[in-house]
Amino acid sequence: MPDQPILEVDDLRVRFRTGGGHFTAVDGLSFSVRPGEVLGVVGESGSGKSVSMLGVLGLIRTPNAEISGKVVFRGRDLLALKDREMRAVRGREIAMIFQDPMTALTPVYTVGWQIAEQIRAHERISKREARDRAVRLLDEVGIPAPGKRVDSYPHEFSGGMRQRVVIAMALSCNPGLLIADEPTTALDVTTQAQILDLMRRLRTDHGSAIVMITHDMGVVSEIADEVLVMYGGRAVERGARRDVFHAPRHPYTWGLLDSVPRVGGPRVRRLPTIPGTPGASAGGCPFADRCTHRHAACEEVPALTGGSGHLDACWLPEEGRERIRRGDRSGPEASPARQSARAADEER
Amino acid sequence: MIGYILRRFGAAVLVLFAISVLVFLIFFATPGVDPAARIAGKNADPATLEQVRASFGFDQPLPVQYLMMMKHLFVSHDLTSFVNRGTLVIPQIMDAVPVTLSLVVGAAVIWMVLGVAMGTLAGAMRGTLVDPLVMLLGVFGVSLPVYWLGEVVNLVTQKELHDSVFSWVPPLGYVPLSQSPGQWALHLLLPWLTLALLYAGIYARLLRGELIQALNEDYVRTARAKGLSERRILIRHALRCSLIPIVSLFGLDFGALVGGAALLTEVVFGLPGVGKLTYQALQNLDLPVIMGTVLYAAFFVVLANAVVDVLYARLDPRVRRA
Repeated sequence: MPDQPILEVDDLRVRFRTGGGHFTAVDGLSFSVRPGEVLGVVGESGSGKSVSMLGVLGLIRTPNAEISGKVVFRGRDLLALKDREMRAVRGREIAMIFQDPMTALTPVYTVGWQIAEQIRAHERISKREARDRAVRLLDEVGIPAPGKRVDSYPHEFSGGMRQRVVIAMALSCNPGLLIADEPTTALDVTTQAQILDLMRRLRTDHGSAIVMITHDMGVVSEIADEVLVMYGGRAVERGARRDVFHAPRHPYTWGLLDSVPRVGGPRVRRLPTIPGTPGASAGGCPFADRCTHRHAACEEVPALTGGSGHLDACWLPEEGRERIRRGDRSGPEASPARQSARAADEER
Repeated sequence: MIGYILRRFGAAVLVLFAISVLVFLIFFATPGVDPAARIAGKNADPATLEQVRASFGFDQPLPVQYLMMMKHLFVSHDLTSFVNRGTLVIPQIMDAVPVTLSLVVGAAVIWMVLGVAMGTLAGAMRGTLVDPLVMLLGVFGVSLPVYWLGEVVNLVTQKELHDSVFSWVPPLGYVPLSQSPGQWALHLLLPWLTLALLYAGIYARLLRGELIQALNEDYVRTARAKGLSERRILIRHALRCSLIPIVSLFGLDFGALVGGAALLTEVVFGLPGVGKLTYQALQNLDLPVIMGTVLYAAFFVVLANAVVDVLYARLDPRVRRA
């Protein structure tokens, strides 16, 4: 049953009680991941992408958080599991890689020890066997001389090598799903490419599905099969990578794609930006405050709808989105924010 | 690691040498002061002064004086206190050392166990009522001065309730470990607790802070994502890393206490330790004894620091390369 989703998230909500009331970080998020598939979750800081994944794994620890919805993984609702049962899922069936490899490993233990610790938390094998497997894993992720490096401490590795160690650790129990939270953000560009290569190869070898959280459209275009664009805790667009990149439907996705510099074509004097600052608008469409196409309908929250697997949450007419998008770039109805940016450009 | 240990102890020896020179210069080469008169004590007769001059080589150049002094201290062990009519200094210190060591080592064990337990409990139970309660207890311990607490303990156990609840408490004083281990421990129990209370409070507060910080670190989140139990995360990851600064503080405190900072406890409980010896020597201006105890104190502070640094390297692999 290859098309049966391995992870299905339905109407996930994460709210935090704060000093001045409630803050909704994730607001009715739904998506699914099929085995072996790579889902790219894109959005700015604060769009709720990391929080939603931490919620999936039950890693939001503050008592001020309220999590509701359904997270079905291999037929079990993770949100209903007891702590103990959830621990058996974490690290064995769902592994997670975090952003900063420099701080993700405990500084006082060797990397081999830390990998073996995870294996031995889930499987009854001897220390010796666990260590041997750690060596094999380090070899697999491309650490040179793994037999020696297994006894090295985290500070003895470079950033890229440490991220490889973290990936090796995540893969140690052959998880069905790997959640990678901006795994390349803290690395330099060459290392980023190597890590992405590595993750692509490991997906083929291990068959794990991957949820790749990132704010980098370039990373998504490299690795994702499906793309989920988030804004203000909500999914604003979802679809196959080809569709989202070639025929983006939501104004926020347009903004994200436009702000990526292009290698070919005429050089623009100034990269287009999305006006305003990240954060959901109060009531209505979360993107309304920053959207250049805002109109009366945006007072209400648009649902995520659409046909043939490409969905978006926007009140703009279904047809002719591409025309609207082009019109936005050079048309006379450009927003005040855009105009002032242009005026500033001309002054130079 | 062995290279590191050798380097560290080599450095310690150098530091000790430097301290000995410094102490020597302060005592023997302070301008405008006649060291012979100081050593001989108040109202010394000319014959004694002459004896002191010859004994310490004050007619010789300074480096020779230094060597003679060190010979008295470490080779012939015949440094004499003139104030106390010819008492030898070194045996006096050697008699006092086991008392101080017994007091400080025992108290250190208690305060480390108590401090780590309280700090871990408070840090792990943050957000519940346990945390502020334990910390309140800690503040209580920190804010009671040893001399006051010691006197109150004595008042209660030796006088007020000595005939009922505390009839088992022996009179003040010290019984050597070699003579009777039971009596040794019984005599030291209350001094241990009194001295440990202060430090347990400090260590608990420090550890709680470190632990809370560690529990927010990325590696703890990684450990949770690995599927480890909360208990393992707390002890093997968070606590393990939080202990590093505790150990370095412990080295300083332990060294200072053995070096004489346990003076108040020793005086209150009538323990003839190094602190008390120094205290008496200061009252009599007994210079040779003061010099001996200062060097002895320096020795323990430096030694404790070297041991701690080695331990530190054992605990924190990042230090080993340096």
